[in-house]
Amino acid sequence: MQAVLEVSDLYISYRGSKMGVPPEWAVKDLNLKVREGEAFGFLGPNGAGKTTTMNVLLGFLPPTSGTAYLFGVDVRRPIARQRIGYLPEQTYYYRFLSAVELLRFYAGIFRIPRGETEARIARVLRLVDLEDAGDRAIRTYSKGMQQRVGLAQALINEPDLLILDEPTSGLDPLGRMKVREIIRRLKEEGKTVFFSSHELGEVETVCDRVVIMHRGELKAEGTVQELVSAYAGNLEKAFLEIIGSGV
Amino acid sequence: MKNALAIGGIVIKELYRRKDFYVLFILTALITLGLGAMNFFNDARIVRYLKEICLLLIWVSTLVIAVVTAARQIPFEKETCTIFPLLAKPVTRWELVLGKFLGCWFAAGIALVVFYLFFAIITGTREHYWPVLNILQAVWMHWMMLGVVSALTIFGSVVFTAPSSNVTIVLLISVGILLIGRNLRMFALEMVEPARTILCVAYYSLPHLEFFDMRDLVIHDWGLAPWWAVGMATLYAAAYSIFLIVCAWLVFRRQVLS
Ligand SMILES: Nc1ncnc2c1ncn2[C@@H]1O[C@H](COP(=O)(O)OP(=O)(O)OP(=O)(O)O)[C@@H](O)[C@H]1O
Ligand SMILES: [Mg+2]
Repeated sequence: MQAVLEVSDLYISYRGSKMGVPPEWAVKDLNLKVREGEAFGFLGPNGAGKTTTMNVLLGFLPPTSGTAYLFGVDVRRPIARQRIGYLPEQTYYYRFLSAVELLRFYAGIFRIPRGETEARIARVLRLVDLEDAGDRAIRTYSKGMQQRVGLAQALINEPDLLILDEPTSGLDPLGRMKVREIIRRLKEEGKTVFFSSHELGEVETVCDRVVIMHRGELKAEGTVQELVSAYAGNLEKAFLEIIGSGV
Repeated sequence: MKNALAIGGIVIKELYRRKDFYVLFILTALITLGLGAMNFFNDARIVRYLKEICLLLIWVSTLVIAVVTAARQIPFEKETCTIFPLLAKPVTRWELVLGKFLGCWFAAGIALVVFYLFFAIITGTREHYWPVLNILQAVWMHWMMLGVVSALTIFGSVVFTAPSSNVTIVLLISVGILLIGRNLRMFALEMVEPARTILCVAYYSLPHLEFFDMRDLVIHDWGLAPWWAVGMATLYAAAYSIFLIVCAWLVFRRQVLS
């Protein structure tokens, strides 16, 4: 089966190597393969390189070396992004637009037919519980509401692959549950979800497979079950042990 | 192209939802009306003077609107991180640069129409004379000039990190060209080498924004400029704008966003 997301021998450095000084790797020799229909947890402590990897997947920065493919298309080609939905780590949108206007703008970019646009917008807003605030300027939203707008825009094109950078940060318990529910539902529909998170409990309940990164390197990979049984206990224990600060 | 137009639409929406444009328009209107009120004697010279002031204000205001709007677009998208969800969609960086340019240029066009309409009404009601074609020509040429300025500013905005330094530099260049561009070659001939060659090269390579200045024709009712000249000027402006936008894209294409 073709991998939905495939990363091979990926090295990323924010500074080009200068004469004699070796570059500082934000990501080092990363190999990943995410299969269709998986919920894939991308874990690691702060600064592990999760956002950096996602930035390469979305073409925001070029890999220093190595390759990355989405649906078999090199990530440097914009068409690779037609079938994905992305939620950035920092969710800021045009503050002077309303959520509906923002979604209409993005729907146009995905070439969603006019007749279908409004129904889709209503559906994603309902999904993230924003239907009452949809016509207000985003400027007037709370942080959690902005995070929900982010999730709504990631879903507007009914993507086959979702790349979510900490989707539950800033959400209230109900919002978190909703996100978990959305991820689970998408998985049932056969969609692939690739997401980073620091909420290990949440990861344990929704993920099929996880990888744990530390200082830019992949330290562990496997199903939640495998990791938990290998490190006797729960995912949190496994995580702490793998990053080398076991208690 | 469709994506570029959608991005341009957002630029225009933002402009009219912010207040800067209204402030400049009201200022221009107030100053012109104030000057108009002093016109007790219905002296032709005073009407001319009024026109001159009004057009100068329009030139200054629209230049400021165009430069400030264009300068903040891309840096602001980066700063507020709105560029990430946008470029995570199937949008190319060329479409982003082009869209931002088109949005700024159309926004400047809308501002021009409003300002010149105001100008036509003020002077027309005074002189009972409506030189519609002259004003259309002036608006068109002015708009072409603002296209070059917007493109230059967009280019500056991907080169300089701080929008304020970009605004300052572009305004200095534009005003400089408008004031002395015409005379640059004359200055050059009076200089010694190598300043002479440098000035000559500058004369032939800088976009001559002063070509687009039709104020004297409107103020003194000198009649229409030949249409072929307007056509040539349009091509000239298009060539510079396209060149500058392509340069902006070449720089932006390789930029690391994070
Ligand atoms: N713009 C940048 N310029 C230089 N270095 C950067 C930049 N962004 C990130 N880094 C470095 O790259 C490394 C990985 O950072 P990254 O943001 O990918 O971490 P992360 O796993 O997303 O962490 P977090 O959980 O805090 O979001 C860090 O060492 C960081 O200092
Ligand atoms: Mg991160």
